[in-house]
Amino acid sequence: MSSPTSTPGRKRGRDGNPATREFCSTIPKMFLPNEVDMSSPLMYGTPSSRVEGTPRSSVRGTPARQRPDLGSVRKAPQVDLHSEPPSADGAVASEPNAGQRLVIWGTDVNVGTCKEKFQRFLQRFIDPTATEDENAGLDLNEPLYMQKLEEISVVGDPVLNVNCLQVQSFDAELYRQLICYPQEVIPTFDMAVNELFFERFPDSILEYQIQVRPYNALKTRNMRSLNPEDIDQLITISGMVIRTSQLIPEMQEAFFQCQVCAYSTRVEVDRGRIAEPAVCRHCNNTHSLALVHNRSAFSDKQMIKIQESPEDMPAGQTPHTTIVYAHNDLVDKVQPGDRINITGIYRAVPMRVSPIQSNVKSVYKTHIDAIHFRKTDEKRLHGLDEDAEQKLFTEDRVQTLKELAAKPDVYERLSSALAPSIYEHEDIKKGILLQLFGGTRKDFSQTGRGNFRAEVNILLCGDPGTSKSQLLQYVFNLVPRGQYTSGKGSSAVGLTAYVMKDPETRQLVLQTGALVLSDNGICCIDEFDKMSDSTRSVLHEVMEQQTLSIAKAGIICQLNARTAVLAAANPVESQWNPKKTTIENIQLPHTLLSRFDLIFLMLDPQDEAYDRRLAHHLVSLYYQSEEQIEEEFLDMAVLRDYIAYARTYINPRLSEEASQALIEAYVDMRKIGSGRGMVSAYPRQLESLIRLAEAHAKVRFSEKVETIDVEEAKRLHREALKQSATDPRTGFVDISILTTGMSATARKRKEEVAQALKKLIQAKGKTPAMKYQQLLDDLRGQSETAITKELFDEALRSLADEDYLTVTGKTVRLLA
Amino acid sequence: NVTTAYCNPKSGWEAKVVEFFKDRLKEKDAHTWVPSLNDVPLHYLKPNSLVKFRCLIQDMFDPEFFMGAYETVDPSTNVLRCGRYKDVTECGVDFNSRNTVTAERQTFYCVPIPGENPWVKEISSSSRVVPSTSYAPTRQKRSYEEDDMDDMDTQPQKQREPHSASQGHTEQHGNGDCKRQETEAPSSQTASASHLDLNFPLPGEKGPSCLVKVYEDWDSFKLNDTLEVFGILSVSPALSALADEKDASSSILDPTESMETAEEQRVHSPPASLVPRLHMLYARPLPHNNPLLPSATLEDNSAFLSSTLSEMASVRAELLTYLTHVLLGDALAAEYLILHLISNVYARRDVLPLGKFAMNLSGCPAAALYTQRFYQIIQQLVPSSFYLGMSLQNMNQMRLVPKKDYVANRLVSGALQLARNTFLFLDETHLEQGQLDTTGVRNVTALGNLISWQKVDYDFNYHQMEFPCNINVLIASEGRSLLPSDCQIHLQSQVSPPNMEEYLSNIQLHPQTSSQLNKFRIYLSVARQLDYSISDEMTKSVEDDFVDMRKDDPQSVSAEDLHRMLVVARLLSLSLGQTSLTRDSWLRAKHIDMLRRSRMEQHQCVNGNEP
Repeated sequence: MSSPTSTPGRKRGRDGNPATREFCSTIPKMFLPNEVDMSSPLMYGTPSSRVEGTPRSSVRGTPARQRPDLGSVRKAPQVDLHSEPPSADGAVASEPNAGQRLVIWGTDVNVGTCKEKFQRFLQRFIDPTATEDENAGLDLNEPLYMQKLEEISVVGDPVLNVNCLQVQSFDAELYRQLICYPQEVIPTFDMAVNELFFERFPDSILEYQIQVRPYNALKTRNMRSLNPEDIDQLITISGMVIRTSQLIPEMQEAFFQCQVCAYSTRVEVDRGRIAEPAVCRHCNNTHSLALVHNRSAFSDKQMIKIQESPEDMPAGQTPHTTIVYAHNDLVDKVQPGDRINITGIYRAVPMRVSPIQSNVKSVYKTHIDAIHFRKTDEKRLHGLDEDAEQKLFTEDRVQTLKELAAKPDVYERLSSALAPSIYEHEDIKKGILLQLFGGTRKDFSQTGRGNFRAEVNILLCGDPGTSKSQLLQYVFNLVPRGQYTSGKGSSAVGLTAYVMKDPETRQLVLQTGALVLSDNGICCIDEFDKMSDSTRSVLHEVMEQQTLSIAKAGIICQLNARTAVLAAANPVESQWNPKKTTIENIQLPHTLLSRFDLIFLMLDPQDEAYDRRLAHHLVSLYYQSEEQIEEEFLDMAVLRDYIAYARTYINPRLSEEASQALIEAYVDMRKIGSGRGMVSAYPRQLESLIRLAEAHAKVRFSEKVETIDVEEAKRLHREALKQSATDPRTGFVDISILTTGMSATARKRKEEVAQALKKLIQAKGKTPAMKYQQLLDDLRGQSETAITKELFDEALRSLADEDYLTVTGKTVRLLA
Repeated sequence: NVTTAYCNPKSGWEAKVVEFFKDRLKEKDAHTWVPSLNDVPLHYLKPNSLVKFRCLIQDMFDPEFFMGAYETVDPSTNVLRCGRYKDVTECGVDFNSRNTVTAERQTFYCVPIPGENPWVKEISSSSRVVPSTSYAPTRQKRSYEEDDMDDMDTQPQKQREPHSASQGHTEQHGNGDCKRQETEAPSSQTASASHLDLNFPLPGEKGPSCLVKVYEDWDSFKLNDTLEVFGILSVSPALSALADEKDASSSILDPTESMETAEEQRVHSPPASLVPRLHMLYARPLPHNNPLLPSATLEDNSAFLSSTLSEMASVRAELLTYLTHVLLGDALAAEYLILHLISNVYARRDVLPLGKFAMNLSGCPAAALYTQRFYQIIQQLVPSSFYLGMSLQNMNQMRLVPKKDYVANRLVSGALQLARNTFLFLDETHLEQGQLDTTGVRNVTALGNLISWQKVDYDFNYHQMEFPCNINVLIASEGRSLLPSDCQIHLQSQVSPPNMEEYLSNIQLHPQTSSQLNKFRIYLSVARQLDYSISDEMTKSVEDDFVDMRKDDPQSVSAEDLHRMLVVARLLSLSLGQTSLTRDSWLRAKHIDMLRRSRMEQHQCVNGNEP
């Protein structure tokens, strides 16, 4: 079975072995190549085995498939010149009787032990922290990976994804070896899996042998932290795909045929080079062998460029990019624009100045051979993004954050750390703070209501020049996934999504707009009032259902847009008119307004004490030194981490007392109104209260919503209402201003006028038709309060609705 | 001679080398002995010698791994060699040596400071001490041979001898290119730009761009930083050979090589004759690029500082007279112009940039290209500036915002990629009616963002990234500008319309002597860099003032007005050379702001314009 062609290569592997790596073997004695048991399963993916399909001891008949993701061993500069997959040449089975530990050349990996350990891992590992949704359909109390093997036998997809973290928790030593020597250890894993698999399912037929794909190597690093020490190690980095190349067929093995005697031979491609045999072994003619392209073996390869995610970048620097090679079935798995986590082996290859010259540019080219892709935004489309979003917090950081959370005044501290350059408006800042934390996600899809909105929407309205935009800018800068648009400059399409033809592929692609891009973030919309009506109408769906439906150019879909909206609006008449209601001031449809949890007014209070504080604040803002500033306020980075931590790890639930308090609060709110025949609260307000209370619990890092949270939510909600839903005529808070666009007193007044009009007409006796103007004058003469034309028109309309009369032009006719 | 001592690239070991150079350069005037890439043509510079380069970091490439130390294959010369500060290894490298050390370095693409005015270039090149062996314009051929001699020192065996003839040829060729570019600058610039875009932020810029290799501490550099880089020049012809032979050699056997697109190749390894490599030893961040100021920071140079400070008030008066003359006899506008010219973003509180003072000079006469003439005068005063005519065509076509080109993997520059304290002159008088297309709208938004937040959102295709900047924006317009500004002042011409033509043509002459001009230049740069503080008593009195003003009429003064008045007061004090606010300056600031506002109201009444 040992093919003659591979022998010289193996020899080279031994003799010229430079071993830049540490040589960890306790006994450097190497077996001669022919002493190695070639029937050992260690013969991983050698050409002979593939061609002849020779059954191996344990793996019957299923062909192994080359793994160019690992196999391009020979490309690494300082790696030993193994001409064979590493496990095949230097590796030696353990010899217990000799009592010596034999390891793969250049590593401290003992194949036997490693295999055993991994099999043990597969057979025994039960994930203690597993949750139901992550492993749908799997029994959590049974060994996880055995179930996965079973799945493979049923589905027939011979890929086993292994979570490195689980390996680590099971056997730290094995994990270390996997990270340090992936190209030796992973084939060993493959072997172990296949043995195990075919033992258990001897009859199953797979396309090729199972390949192990580890992912989630502990150090999910960002690209910036990669350094020369990571070369040839297993790494996981996250990034965004910016470009993918065409498929490249890469020759794995060249097929030569002798022109004289038709003797054929195969040569493996070594570091991108083919060692063309000069002499035919059969007829001994020199230079008679010719390459036959279509009998050579090729594998698919694709170059992918990834770029650092914008979140990982320090300010003022440009993002780094890295080249990734995807092989075989990983080709075309990702598209430009995808955010992915890649697990792979980091490689460095020297660059030649030219093939002829011996001088080398002293620079290496680096790339990653991808072993596993994990799209992070794919999960975003489907549901909660658990670990994709997970920013890694160091122990210290978590400790500081927890200490901060334990302080009794953490809520005040955080809110004052928010946009310190903006003066006062404490309640608004608190509202925005709660918005940043958001409520708890709840899923009621079983009961048919779908997702409850967890995001808090806030509208700021008020005089121009009250730093609304600045607040929006600040929030936009603070959150990782924020979008900032201006109402004037955005179209419905720009906010939602649009279909366009990709110039390269000529395919229709969906380009997402600001709202979709800010999924799980905050969408800041400035000049909300300047937005056109059609644009605003798309917000309806987003702000309550948190989805976006698109039906355009044959693409019908629903996208998630779980975004919190922070909007700012100016009053219609450049200055806020305190005599008018909110609706009248900003001229927004009440259907939209009722979707905001909190509506704040930012007004210029115009009193002396305030002015003095403001002046002091501004002057100190301008003339404080940098250090003072830092002392005084929490760092923006701390705040950002605090929010990120709370958002990922804290999911508060309502406690019993809290739910009682909420019920009471709601009932109270309803009572206020019912006394005056008004409705002062709707279920939507209750939902707002719940969200706010949850967010407040998150601020405290508490897993339980308690009464204090409800109290604060109530207070804040009341404050916001007091500001925005006060009926200017009566001075009472009237929620119907926001929900129906008209205060209850106004509605009552309309009713009265209509009744008075009806009486007037009835008093006139049987006149079928009347002049409009005269009727108005008569009514005015009769009524003691002023009657505007609008009021009169409305009264007429309501009578027309009763089918009492009809208005045609300038005449009013009675019906019936 | 200090420079020759530096020429040997193997003078020491890493940290020590850097220390050594730093120390030597600190010596009095030592840095003036180093030839500068900015003013010495590339072919006059000796390869592998120490040069300096005054530049702006335009783009940051990916970090690269290189052989920090390596062994050669040939056992007879088998010594450990150092790969630092070099692009190409010598002899054959033994890839399998266990002594190979892989190290990391970062590459920055640097361009000369955009918009640097001619007088800056003139003065800085003339201040250089000329005699230096590496600067040998008369013996160009000879200098190359010398270089060869140097090489021999470092290479015990002359392996490169057989190649040297061909290398000499390439070198010559490269030189020829350079020379042509140097002599017939404008025409050949466009020609060479067609095959190699040097990516200057502003159109019509000249000068070498450079790939600067940074060996340590590269995280401390930021995009758009201005630096003076001291480093070893590398123009190895092998680097250009790389690009040429690439196409021929790429084949199926070497798929890694064909991965990089041709564009990327061109950008990341351009011919060294056009874009030399500079291996950084040491870089000095430039707080300003005014060559008239001593290079040490102001704090370190108290003698200079005190002498300028004492003169400041008088220079200011002179400058005011001159600018009043330029601004058609409008003293108030001239006063504001001075404040604008010395404004500077000195801090940022979260998103709010402090100290910015974008000015809108409205009421500019459209006649006789007044705005252009005005700009030419400013150009004489500030170290770097850019004139952007806001015509429809310009707005729709110009690239203002830098954009990432993923095919070539570089940041394609835009006109708003400017160094700090660049003076940006927006001429709105050229604007006519018409439609802005998408690019136009984006450009106007970018300008608006620049003015209000002092930041530019660079376009990374899949996302945007925000880069803070510090640019003085002056908008010249006839009516109120369509862009926001911190302060608008309406020009009140003291010249009657019939005399305008004549008056304007007189302005063009520079009424001052060059020494006076230099005084102005120094004055503006120094005033901008002064520290400033405000005492507690002044804080109190400012607060009182504000409360009083609001008491009389709450509508008259808003928080925004206070913001502006504080900036005006700051700039006013600095313009007089005072480093803390005094009662007088505050009152004066209030006074001129009031004058300005009343003028605007007047103007509004006349014009009937909405605010």
